[in-house]
Amino acid sequence: MNWRAIIADNRRLNMQANGILRAHKWWLLRRASQIGLLGLFMLGPMFGIWLVRGNFGASQILDSVTLSDPYLFVQSLAGGTLIVGPAMLGAAIVAGFYLLMGGRAYCGWVCPVNIVTDTAFWLREKTGLTRDRKLDKRTRLMVLAGTILASFVTGTIAWEFVNPVSLLQRAFISGIGLGWGIIIAVFLLDLFVSRRAWCSHICPVGAFYGLIGRASVVRVSAANRSACTDCGACFNICPEPHVIVPALKGKGSPVILSGDCQNCGNCIDSCPVDVFRFSNRFSMRLTDAPDLTDAPKTSRTPIPERSPRPAPPAH
Amino acid sequence: MASSKRKMSRRTAMTEIARGAGAVCLGGFSLAALVQSTAQADARAMRPPGALPEDDFLSACVRCGLCVQACPYGTLSLAEWGTEAAVGTPFFTPREVPCYMCRDIPCARACPTGALDRDIPSIRDANMGVAVLVGHEDCLDYKGMNCSICVRVCPIRGDAITLEPGEFNGRKIMIPTVHSKHCTGCGTCEKHCVTGHASIRVLPRDLGLGGDGRNRAGRDV
Repeated sequence: MNWRAIIADNRRLNMQANGILRAHKWWLLRRASQIGLLGLFMLGPMFGIWLVRGNFGASQILDSVTLSDPYLFVQSLAGGTLIVGPAMLGAAIVAGFYLLMGGRAYCGWVCPVNIVTDTAFWLREKTGLTRDRKLDKRTRLMVLAGTILASFVTGTIAWEFVNPVSLLQRAFISGIGLGWGIIIAVFLLDLFVSRRAWCSHICPVGAFYGLIGRASVVRVSAANRSACTDCGACFNICPEPHVIVPALKGKGSPVILSGDCQNCGNCIDSCPVDVFRFSNRFSMRLTDAPDLTDAPKTSRTPIPERSPRPAPPAH
Repeated sequence: MASSKRKMSRRTAMTEIARGAGAVCLGGFSLAALVQSTAQADARAMRPPGALPEDDFLSACVRCGLCVQACPYGTLSLAEWGTEAAVGTPFFTPREVPCYMCRDIPCARACPTGALDRDIPSIRDANMGVAVLVGHEDCLDYKGMNCSICVRVCPIRGDAITLEPGEFNGRKIMIPTVHSKHCTGCGTCEKHCVTGHASIRVLPRDLGLGGDGRNRAGRDV
């Protein structure tokens, strides 16, 4: 079997154009970030190297700075406890960080469940599973509101009783026992039931960070959108394809402004003509195409002509 | 998202709002029911020293495990799914590893949220539970032997557990007696009790103590 068979279909065009590394640049960086962060938290319990303590719920960095999850803080508040002390400041620091770096950068760059669901998505493609029960993207906002309601009703941090996100990171740091069942359920849901079901439709953690992301600074820009060949690779690989449309096909700002965008860089990795780049939400800059300085690079292999795709998947 | 920009009639808007509210309530109350059914901690699971009362604890603990990592004896662990306590919350099982009552209370000091009281003045003020002599039929003292292990291992020696003279089946015996005012529920006695399932056990205070009575004789004055 040719080893190239494992490469995601949507990265192939860019792989032909710019090589395998460029087609996986941000993907590699994200996986390094996700696995590296988890590894950092495992160093203490496993090897006694205490650079960081705690877990993603709250942590202490180098025995000085306390960080804490703002979504937990909000649920705690709904549950009747105002968390004061280090965790309150820690939640503010984390919220501020994501306000700068992109709210759902949490999903793309930190959350370990993202690896599980991305794997399910990849396996869908490789096995030809196309069954897709359409879910409403707003489901997650309702789940988010539901978790706040449940926290209020029970006086607890309610989502923590099921949250696969905190379960999975804790699985590696301290163990979760039967909690693995929930992780497997998420994987199977994404594989068999619905495309990108968990991260893009249901998860309230993502929905929460998506709200922060509505105002966040670091964003992907389709600055070079005039070069777009309508190959559709970015739409097909993007976990939230609807966010691309206004930036790529609109007449206004080329920046992807939707809070749903994870800043994952999949669009940058998949694009054979370098339409996308990391930028900030205020940048209106457009690259004039065709950019001649890029020409030798992008034409390493001629890009196969493709009939323009009529419309992006509608969801 | 696009729906907010779409023009819709008042009727459609009302329907959408009602549908959303319905979904939120369905999801919220289902989750609440699940939480209620799994939030109850097993009586064998003790919270770390300085823990808020269970109701408050569950809305203040963010399951970060900083207390677990701060404990030098490996006493604490975070609950796994479907085990002794609400998933992810810290607990210990005294029969396995008791609390060794560190003077500087590193676990409580490490808590970033106040779910464990960081300002608890002394470990002696901790209230993890209370030791109760539950196995009268098995306790060696009741069998007429002279066992004083629970008394001797107690870190609050001489105050929390004492041997008091008494009579059982017409025999003079020494009875291990817990003084709940001094007992912190560290579980050292339970850990070291020589009978099969520990004749003396730490229980949450509401399970382990009789409490004030309703008649005059039982009232605490």
